[in-house]
Amino acid sequence: MNNNVAIVIVSHSIDVAKGTADMVRQMVGDEVRVAWCGGNPDGGLGTSMPDIKRCIETVYGPRGVAVLVDLGGAETNSEMAIEMLPGQWQQNVVICNAPIVEGAVMAATEAAGGSDLAKVRATAEELSP
Amino acid sequence: MRTAIASTQLTTRLIEATAATIDAHVELLTALDQAIGDGDHGLNMKRGFAAIREAEQELAALAPPEALLKAGLILVSKVGGASGPLYGSLFMAMGKSGAGRTPDRATVVAMLTDGVAALKKRGKSEAGEKTMLEVLVPVLAALSEGVTNDVPLAPLLDQVRQAARGGLETSRPMLATKGRASFLGERSIGHLDPGAQSSYLLVDAICNVFEEGVTQ
Repeated sequence: MNNNVAIVIVSHSIDVAKGTADMVRQMVGDEVRVAWCGGNPDGGLGTSMPDIKRCIETVYGPRGVAVLVDLGGAETNSEMAIEMLPGQWQQNVVICNAPIVEGAVMAATEAAGGSDLAKVRATAEELSP
Repeated sequence: MRTAIASTQLTTRLIEATAATIDAHVELLTALDQAIGDGDHGLNMKRGFAAIREAEQELAALAPPEALLKAGLILVSKVGGASGPLYGSLFMAMGKSGAGRTPDRATVVAMLTDGVAALKKRGKSEAGEKTMLEVLVPVLAALSEGVTNDVPLAPLLDQVRQAARGGLETSRPMLATKGRASFLGERSIGHLDPGAQSSYLLVDAICNVFEEGVTQ
């Protein structure tokens, strides 16, 4: 276990989420904890608030968690998942306004260097127009 | 709302009526969402309201505000699309708002006021952006005005239904600036918003339940 900012990847598609996590692992190895989820509770395309919450809890540490999402519902469900966390955790979990694949890779690369959550988020968000 | 129906029976009827209208209109919601969204609104709503119906006995045993809160949590957990957290936030805020208050008409207005405020916050949206708010904001205004003026239940329900129908139609010419439909830009113009359509269906079904309560 390390003390870097962790990454959570939330896609409508479980394949996109897993593929993105694979790319992150290949780039940064085990330096950064990564959790991912995708698909609605029936296994179709969509996202699941309880799954997102579980992912955040799995990788949560004092340096915080950066969450990368794809489309609308993934963001809204992630916001709700964060609000369901214990109060003192909530400010340590941020959703990055960035493209999911590139954002996850850039955020993880930044996190692997020991940067704080604000810097990790800023690096991912540099990718947004 | 003043009604002759006992609250357990009311909760059961509301659950049955809302789930039935969603079931009956899955294809309509899907078609509207395929035109300007990602096509999942019908099935997502069906899954959410089916989950509420499965919990019907448990919900009917609760006071109505607690039942709403619980139903909201079910939607958030089960729906899978953006409509889960949006309808979930609406129901949960209504439930929290009503808890412990006298069950009268003013409380219903306060509950919907707080619910719509929570929905705006969750969606980072206001009326005029081609969303569920096109129906719910006029519904709240009609309900609030009718309650303030002490309009009897039957005409009040008519006013609320008219506001819902009128609000739904206003979504058609709008340019979407929120949600998936906003990706389409001007191509979103000329289509009813699927979220406004589902909100209309729910409001209409709820009005029907209260109307049955009046005539019996």
